[in-house]
Amino acid sequence: MGLTIEEVRHIALLARLRLTPEEEERYTEQLSAILEHAARLKEVDTSHIPPTATVLPLRAPLRPDEPRPSTPHKQILANAPQVKEGMFRVPPVLDVEP
Amino acid sequence: MDEYEAVIGLETHIQLNTNSKIFCGCKADSWEDPPNRNICPICTGLPGVLPVLNRTVVEKAVLLAAAMHAESIQPLSYLARKNYFYPDLPKGYQISQYDEPLARGGYFDVPLTEGATRRVRIEKVHIEEDAGKTIRKNDRRLIDFNRCGVPLVEAVTSPDLRSADEVAKYLIRLRQLVRWIGISEGDMEKGQLRCDANISIRPAGSEELNTKTEIKNLNSIDAARTAVQAEIGRQIEETSAGRAIHTWTLNWDEESETLTKMRSKETEADYRYFREPDLLPIRLEESWREEILAALPELPLDRRARFVEEYKLPEYDAEILTDERSLSRFFEETIGKYGGAAKTVSNWMMNDVLRLIRERGVHAGDLQLRPHHLAEIIRLLDDKKITTNVAKELLDKVQDSGRSPRSIVEEEGLAQVSDESALRTLAEQVLVDNPEQVETYKGGKTTVIGWFVGQVMKQSKGKANPQMVRQIFEDLLVD
Ligand SMILES: [Zn+2]
Repeated sequence: MGLTIEEVRHIALLARLRLTPEEEERYTEQLSAILEHAARLKEVDTSHIPPTATVLPLRAPLRPDEPRPSTPHKQILANAPQVKEGMFRVPPVLDVEP
Repeated sequence: MDEYEAVIGLETHIQLNTNSKIFCGCKADSWEDPPNRNICPICTGLPGVLPVLNRTVVEKAVLLAAAMHAESIQPLSYLARKNYFYPDLPKGYQISQYDEPLARGGYFDVPLTEGATRRVRIEKVHIEEDAGKTIRKNDRRLIDFNRCGVPLVEAVTSPDLRSADEVAKYLIRLRQLVRWIGISEGDMEKGQLRCDANISIRPAGSEELNTKTEIKNLNSIDAARTAVQAEIGRQIEETSAGRAIHTWTLNWDEESETLTKMRSKETEADYRYFREPDLLPIRLEESWREEILAALPELPLDRRARFVEEYKLPEYDAEILTDERSLSRFFEETIGKYGGAAKTVSNWMMNDVLRLIRERGVHAGDLQLRPHHLAEIIRLLDDKKITTNVAKELLDKVQDSGRSPRSIVEEEGLAQVSDESALRTLAEQVLVDNPEQVETYKGGKTTVIGWFVGQVMKQSKGKANPQMVRQIFEDLLVD
């Protein structure tokens, strides 16, 4: 089950990675090998085993609906490359065709 | 264009009115706060943090699912990651639900005109987190994360709506429902109720499902109606001209009232959904479920039907009285205290109590005027202790003071005056003071008697027994 180079380009786009033509070639090979390796799991007969989403006890801990103080906004905004009017300034989003 | 019918399905996002966000303790309601005040490492997606699910979010979503008659409220449901990059989504994914939502199946009835009802099937109800807000200022894009992590419940319908008007009606009823069961304020202007619409058309009466388009970001009932109408029109035009409909994603621009094609968004597979590894499954045991559902009130349409049945109210009255839950409760409690005709109470509610509610800008449940006050006022009127004018004034006086109607009547001397000799004196004076109107009356225009009665009512500050005053004038004017 090899990947095509188009699929690799699409995945790179979704991950917002810019690949060189050489990288596209190389990752097509590598990702195909990884997929093939993982596909071996399909050889195990699991028809009598119920699907398992987690091996931990099946119960999310829940939190009471009580507000707690938030982090001082200056502290969080300190991580922003650029701040404007108390907000994170970001570059314009380029709409890209996946 | 009658030969086509529209086929519309809606995805509605409802912001839950919890105190805190879905996965962290930040305050959920930021309406009056400056940007980025209610944020923390969890809701801004800093590395190394772990989300913890808010119990109330599950409870409110279960209430909605039950109110939409869910076929199955799942004892076990899972959270999932929806992966995409957008600046207002700091984690690079949204925590949502996918293959195992909180609830599946169900329906929501939307009354149409003349007793018809559109039963809209519900495919699923699930919980997820809201994203932040992108604010465009000139060429700049600024991000406010206050909304990030605010709990949403999403209800997805089957393609069962047939017109833009039905879409609007669905949203109006949904807003009524979420307020009624207390899970959201449903204020579209504040973005608490938003919807995406999937639209296709087909020859009327056929069962086929054709290529659909999706309109995103419908943030008001008017916008939803106008945008859906425009898209139906466009599809009919295209199809009639022999052109194909393409699976576009459209954006509704509220200012210019136009649809623009969005650059094609990711397809479902591109979101690479997988089970959220940072959160364990939601387990809804029978006992918890029962505890939640014990709080589910009688639903608006059921109550409306019962009002017609039990109190013999006209449909019109029942509809208005069940518009809002505390109003319907106010009505029933007044009937309980009053014991007289339900229609009498209904008239007082629809005319005078609703006026008071509108003027004061509150819900019925927040009035200082309580059902036992209204019952007492109607009783006083029935017993001819006060006039209708005084009864209406009493509503405001009780609302302002919180005192009992009876004591206000006593203290302010508002009891109806039925002392015939006193009223006769007043009436005689009115005739003496207004010879012109007397001439008019004698000239044959007998309706002027109403004006005479009005003068006495005015002089008695509304307390004179109007029937008696009329009688007196009829006697006096004959002579
Ligand atoms: Zn937070």
